[in-house]
Amino acid sequence: MNVCIKADQLTVRFSQEPILDHLSFEVPEGMIFGLLGPSGAGKTTLIKVLTGQLCQKEGKAELFGKDTRSLTAAEHGKIGAMLDNCGLYERLSVYENLSFYADIYRVSRRGIPDILKSVGLYEARKTAVSKLSKGMKNRLSLARALMNHAKLLFLDEPTSGLDPVTTREIHGILTEERKKGTTVFLTTHNMFEAESICDYVILLHRGNIIERGRPADICRKYDHLNKLHITLTDDTELTLDNNSASASAIKEYLEQDRIRSIHSSEPTLETAFIELTGKGLQ
Amino acid sequence: MKNIIAIFKKQIRDTLRNKTVLIQFLMFPAMTLIMNHTVRIPDMPQNFFVNLFAAMYIGMAPLTSIAAVISEEKEKNTLRVLILSNVKSYEYLLGIGSYVWLACMAGSMVICISGHYDWKTGLIFMGIMAVGILISLLIGAVIGIGSRTQMMATSITVPVMMIFSFLPMLSLFNGTVAKIARFAYSEQISRMLGSINSFELTAERIGVIGANIFIAALVFAATFRKCDLS
Ligand SMILES: Nc1ncnc2c1ncn2[C@@H]1O[C@H](COP(=O)(O)OP(=O)(O)OP(=O)(O)O)[C@@H](O)[C@H]1O
Ligand SMILES: [Mg+2]
Repeated sequence: MNVCIKADQLTVRFSQEPILDHLSFEVPEGMIFGLLGPSGAGKTTLIKVLTGQLCQKEGKAELFGKDTRSLTAAEHGKIGAMLDNCGLYERLSVYENLSFYADIYRVSRRGIPDILKSVGLYEARKTAVSKLSKGMKNRLSLARALMNHAKLLFLDEPTSGLDPVTTREIHGILTEERKKGTTVFLTTHNMFEAESICDYVILLHRGNIIERGRPADICRKYDHLNKLHITLTDDTELTLDNNSASASAIKEYLEQDRIRSIHSSEPTLETAFIELTGKGLQ
Repeated sequence: MKNIIAIFKKQIRDTLRNKTVLIQFLMFPAMTLIMNHTVRIPDMPQNFFVNLFAAMYIGMAPLTSIAAVISEEKEKNTLRVLILSNVKSYEYLLGIGSYVWLACMAGSMVICISGHYDWKTGLIFMGIMAVGILISLLIGAVIGIGSRTQMMATSITVPVMMIFSFLPMLSLFNGTVAKIARFAYSEQISRMLGSINSFELTAERIGVIGANIFIAALVFAATFRKCDLS
């Protein structure tokens, strides 16, 4: 399998403080790769390095085998980016924004209606961007990133602040893109997002990779954190390990008819994150 | 070249909906048209308003509008996305610069027509405007590239613009100011416009304007290299 992105001991410092600390990872072609971490972890900084907007002094980062500090038109032509701050022309309409970029990307304007339909903005094509909601702006900047049929998409928090319906629509578009063979590199601090659409995730904390793997594998690794939460009829709450050691206690409560509710909490990426850092993701 | 044209066209669309920039382009040409045809003061020098407003137009319109356009694109991150999409910094600046230059030349045309010059003097007038607008463009671009936000650009543009566009007027009233003002392109251009019927290129004029272009270009190049566009 071809490697799209490769980082080797990548380090970025702002006034001596390491913001990204000796990161090494590879992103194979054709997967949705998630970078999960709380605010300030360094996600945006990493995207900036990988897209050549920020040049690191230590370590290496490569895009399609090319050092990110010297990307050329050939690499730029293969990437699409949706940055955390949209970068749209507020006074131009939805359609005008895309038609301008069609010229810049040298692609036909005839594809614009289809792209607009796929992100659900066709009806709003004549609306000025300044009049769009945040979710619509996000979808428009995703549409722009999709315009040049990039092989690699960088998406910085594509769904942050969006309602569940729009979020699901965007996830749908991303899985469609993956089917076409596009590699997606996305950042998020939403563990559900990471679990539901990412093929592989990296957990980033203060510039360090603290865990990596397929979401399901990571969760399984923290299975010892799987607990049973039991509420008894007299409102006592108990937390027991979800294994055979708890069996006799539960059997007893059941026989005495004392259980009001019983829930299991399977480990999530968030559980893993809390276990590793002592902090939540939000 | 395609990028430059695309940026140029985008900027036309954008300006039509951008009142602050639009007013910059239209205000002085409109004022010249109106004042020149309505206000009559006894003993007023020939084409008084044409010369006055033409000089102010050069000092204000290109400078403020290009600084506003560039700094806004920096602030709103649209410039970053463009650069990421393979647009070269020079392509961007050429697209925006040629647009502002042409828009100001169109405005100058209106001022020129209000002057009722014969066609030869009219050409000289437009030539003087072309050079003046170019220098202002360079200064405005320096401010735009150097500022992180539009607010910051405006706060630098206003004093710079005031100095260049009011110098010619102030030097009419004050001898000391006139002595210093000689070294500013706006003053030289205003003098040339004032004596356009007996137009001649003196060594002083060529020297001062040449030096102004040179300094502006130098500062522009330095700012461009230091700040780039990101
Ligand atoms: N230009 C800069 N100069 C100094 N420090 C910076 C700069 N840019 C980012 N930082 C610092 O780097 C750290 C990581 O920032 P970054 O924007 O990459 O975080 P993030 O993971 O994207 O967070 P968020 O989820 O809030 O977007 C932060 O502590 C931030 O203060
Ligand atoms: Mg961020």
